Amino acid sequence: MKVVVSTVVLFVLWVAITGSFDPQELSVGLITAAVISMIAPGVAGPEPKKWLQPKRYLFTFIYLFYFIYAMVKANLDVAMRVINPRLPINPGIVKVKTKLKTHAGKLALANSITLTPGTLSVDIVGQYLYIHWIDVKSPDIEAATQEIVKGFERFLEVIFE
Amino acid sequence: MVYRALGEFLILVGSLFLFLAGIGLLRMPDVYNRMQTGTKATTLGALSLIMGVGIYHPQWFFKTAIISLFILLTNPVSSHALARASHNKGIPLAEGSVLDRYAEDKERGLKEEENDS
Amino acid sequence: MSNLLIIVFALVSLATVMAVYRIVAGPTISDRAVGLDTATTITTAMIVLFSQIFHRAIYLDVALVYAVLAFLGVIALARYLEGGV
Repeated sequence: MKVVVSTVVLFVLWVAITGSFDPQELSVGLITAAVISMIAPGVAGPEPKKWLQPKRYLFTFIYLFYFIYAMVKANLDVAMRVINPRLPINPGIVKVKTKLKTHAGKLALANSITLTPGTLSVDIVGQYLYIHWIDVKSPDIEAATQEIVKGFERFLEVIFE
Repeated sequence: MVYRALGEFLILVGSLFLFLAGIGLLRMPDVYNRMQTGTKATTLGALSLIMGVGIYHPQWFFKTAIISLFILLTNPVSSHALARASHNKGIPLAEGSVLDRYAEDKERGLKEEENDS
Repeated sequence: MSNLLIIVFALVSLATVMAVYRIVAGPTISDRAVGLDTATTITTAMIVLFSQIFHRAIYLDVALVYAVLAFLGVIALARYLEGGV
């Protein structure tokens, strides 16, 4: 099971990077993917059956649009701060709590936080993330969690948990 | 040729954001704030520019999508690693920063709670 | 090369100059690392821009490999800053 899923994942990656459907390249890719997943079956993650549930792909697709919206907003925000001659910043490092448990989920959350308005993840310890915030609105853990994490967690919970 | 006009527009927007990233790098007061503008603006700028080239030449679209996906995945990771490294090295936040929970918690000793998946 | 591409190239070059200024001026080593990180992303975008200017798809592969290597370089630099091996 693990080997088959990771072979398929690696093969799709191979086709995406080479970008050709020549039978020779496809067969080399298939052999390489099979050999790698026999040596290291952990490529597809600890629970490979997650790759087979279509609900996760649907939410990934929706999440992509939400994420692009958040990213464009973040950049307009950064642009305003940079151009403004008074440089309106109020930085600090806050601590937030996440419900996500899987490593992939936490990675996606940290990446999303880094690319969205005024926040940059600095470290993850257990369930807590330390986040550099360019404009600290509240030092409280609960309020900061509400402000920064909640919007993404809704989607990432379905995709990764 | 509507798609060519769209491609050129995206290329122009991308280069504007890259330029803003440069200004941010120049003006911000400390490492962490520089990282903020550096990461966000370059990621969207490079993404927009690369996808603009992909839309201008539709036969390249697939490859440009791969490049932008890769940038989207790796750019935050590298800035995260740099931020963590500079904080552990003891580089302080800029004057006027309101709080630093990370330093407070590090003095008390970070404890790793169980988080196996 | 059209007028638009000249404007785009000027903007991207100015961004690179500012990133290089940050690398030279510092003041701490982390600032230099951040400048390098930004400069590599801008360079990746610039290589893609070259393929647009010369109408050659081969530069896209160069950009992909450059992005991979730059990422590894910055991660190695971060490891070094932290005092690891």
